[in-house]
Amino acid sequence: MENNIQHSDIYAIALHHRFQWEEAQQSYVILFPEGMVKLHGGAGEVLKRVDGKATVGEIVAELKAAFPDADDIENDIIGMFDLAYGKAWLRKI
Amino acid sequence: MTQATSLAESVVQKEIHAQAQNNGVAANITHTQPLWLLAEVTYRCPLHCAFCYNPTDYDKHTQNELTTEQWINVLRDARKMGAIQLGISGGEPLLRDDIEDIVIEAKKLGYYSNLITSGVGLTEKRIQAFKDGGLDHIQLSMHDITEEINNFITSTKTFELKKKVAAMIKNHGYPMVLNVVIHRYNIDHIQEILEMAEKLGADYVELANTQYYGWSLVNRNQLMPLKEQIDHAEKITNEFRQKVGNKMKIFFVVPDYFANRPKKCMNGWGEVFMIVTANGDVLPCHSARVLPNMEFPNVRDKGLEWAWKDSPAFNKYRGNNWMKEPCRTCPEQANDLGGCRCQAFLLSGDAESADPVCSLSPSHHLIEEAIENSKNPVLQAQPIIFRTDKNSKKYASGESRERVEEFHALP
Repeated sequence: MENNIQHSDIYAIALHHRFQWEEAQQSYVILFPEGMVKLHGGAGEVLKRVDGKATVGEIVAELKAAFPDADDIENDIIGMFDLAYGKAWLRKI
Repeated sequence: MTQATSLAESVVQKEIHAQAQNNGVAANITHTQPLWLLAEVTYRCPLHCAFCYNPTDYDKHTQNELTTEQWINVLRDARKMGAIQLGISGGEPLLRDDIEDIVIEAKKLGYYSNLITSGVGLTEKRIQAFKDGGLDHIQLSMHDITEEINNFITSTKTFELKKKVAAMIKNHGYPMVLNVVIHRYNIDHIQEILEMAEKLGADYVELANTQYYGWSLVNRNQLMPLKEQIDHAEKITNEFRQKVGNKMKIFFVVPDYFANRPKKCMNGWGEVFMIVTANGDVLPCHSARVLPNMEFPNVRDKGLEWAWKDSPAFNKYRGNNWMKEPCRTCPEQANDLGGCRCQAFLLSGDAESADPVCSLSPSHHLIEEAIENSKNPVLQAQPIIFRTDKNSKKYASGESRERVEEFHALP
């Protein structure tokens, strides 16, 4: 499944979806017609870097640098892209 | 990033949909927060749909609507409490001329806002103002692929208008969200309805099987399709879903009368949904006012925070302490929280009893009888009572008790 996502891929938040920080919930959310998803801390860290410009590889590198103590986060990050793209929260540029 | 290791599996704490399978939401929420605010800004409506879930006595709430300023305060207060999805509904919200102001405020506050409309009253000028104001999407009701059924069930001539409005929504770059209420008159057209939706470029389609509240309860014998028709419609929907994939998301809201377990109504009483009605009543669900011995808070009195957190009405059916047998010790209790309180009361006369939809409910025979009645040609032949001001006045004043005698409250 995870080999769908390449380091050179660039993603953006899908059309008609909005990603924002929710103070009352202390979490990031994705909003779309008739639904919302409340994201785990880690997932929010990934998606807040998705801007339609950065490649997956750049985001992985940035997160590795930001969280040097986390083991093997690359698989988790790729897994997150895979899930979010599969759910159509992201679109490929 | 301490939670990173569990990312892919547990990345989503809550995935919440407004409709999905439960007439409400599909998530399992353990702490209450009014994530969803539904603003039923008016009960006035140019359409007269036979299946409308608005209260049959809505007419008494058409003269005391909240002002623009009061609505803006509702938006602000609810946002502070965590509300994030905003539905602007009715009646037909476009009958108010201040929806533009409400939209601007919603954007300012960070809501994801949705205008739920019949399309009547949506002009180029207004949709441009909504776009400029930051409205996120528009949900348009469609009724059928035939002009005849559309015009019959809504008791209006709105078929061509709806197609024009659909194009207007698309042209303004909005996601196209279609809501189609399903009943006896259109259920055999599901394939064609879905084809029409695809042709219009719909992004989301909600096929909402009629649930029996308000006017649709009064017209239950006229609207209820056969089980076989529903099964067929669901099969066609699934096939269509396979075909279109993610391009068009299709929700099929299951009709609870034909399920053997009830829906987890509103995802639980006072869990994630808060409705503010035209006159300012604050409700945990659309039809809660049918329940006996309840006093619902009004925004004109103590404000929204008190309503949600402290009002006796919002606390009455939270959790499971109020339950009776068979719900109290039911191993499936968490799946549906006993179903719908309004349906339980309307049909059985006991608001704390299991939803009669449940096959374990002592009142389940009421559902079986209703299904049988809907097949009775004599009952079927009774005319539809359309949602009109005139009919509503008759119900509100007590002048008419037509087809509501068997229910324990005015639907």
